[in-house]
Amino acid sequence: MLKGKVAVVTGGSRGIGRAIAEKFASLGADVAVVYAGNAEAAAEVCRVCSRKYGVKAKSYCCDVSDFEAVKETVTAVKEDFGTVHILVNNAGITRDGLAARMKEEDFDRVIAVNLKGAFHMIRHCSSMFIRNREGCIINITSVTGLMGNAGQCNYAASKAGLIGLTKTIARELAPRGVRCNAIAPGFIATDMTDNQSENPMLQMIPLGKMGEPGDVADAAAYLATARYVTGDVLRVDGGIAM
Amino acid sequence: MYFDTIARLVSERIGCDVSTIKPESTFSELGIDSLDTVELLMNLEDEIGTEIELDEKVETIDDLDKFIQSKQG
Repeated sequence: MLKGKVAVVTGGSRGIGRAIAEKFASLGADVAVVYAGNAEAAAEVCRVCSRKYGVKAKSYCCDVSDFEAVKETVTAVKEDFGTVHILVNNAGITRDGLAARMKEEDFDRVIAVNLKGAFHMIRHCSSMFIRNREGCIINITSVTGLMGNAGQCNYAASKAGLIGLTKTIARELAPRGVRCNAIAPGFIATDMTDNQSENPMLQMIPLGKMGEPGDVADAAAYLATARYVTGDVLRVDGGIAM
Repeated sequence: MYFDTIARLVSERIGCDVSTIKPESTFSELGIDSLDTVELLMNLEDEIGTEIELDEKVETIDDLDKFIQSKQG
């Protein structure tokens, strides 16, 4: 289904990003795994992609909040893979705390990685999409960006910002056949949600349980091939934000 | 002087004879929108071999020509 396509997944070494990278590989896409810290985990994802699914896979260490570093990484991906067809902006961090006590640096850092990081990737990949007259951007936002979540004003602001970014990029690049959509996961069982086990909102999930990274990866695979869908925010949340 | 290159790329884009493009032609009258301009710059970068950061408004072919010349020093 994605044979011959090149996908870049940021935050691809674990959690939702890893599931998306492996899902895309299982569908035949070559994958560039962008990671910030854990080189071994990223290498393991690449090993799974290449050995299990026979696709080309390579990892790239990059802080997506750094404009120039992203430029260098995208250039390296282009040299290694030729081009990019699918960009998944998944890299994200949390620095939780109530707004009344939050440090400025914690707010800024979350915005820098989650929101600006996605802009940087789009900024440096879009010329390839425009030239190719095709491209698919998938931004991983969150139901927190739709509903808010006490203790996560920085994260919620970054994720709400991603939705505005998604819809604007969708409008800007639609004339060149480039699509841009977002996925808003709810509570998905990953390292990031380890500290959410006591969150009372878990009791409000209509489907009655947390989601799995693979649930989000399935939605990403849908958006990667949904050629008449752009500017959408697809909730994968067990119904919590309906 | 990049007029000839710009005129050729514009003529290829809009499918007109290159001789109809004048320095004073505006992008809007040629039917070149902002996204077209971005693409035009990408193609110019390929030909010139350097990156062009368009940080001012250009309305005519001549504006763009002069802008690129100023950036080339």
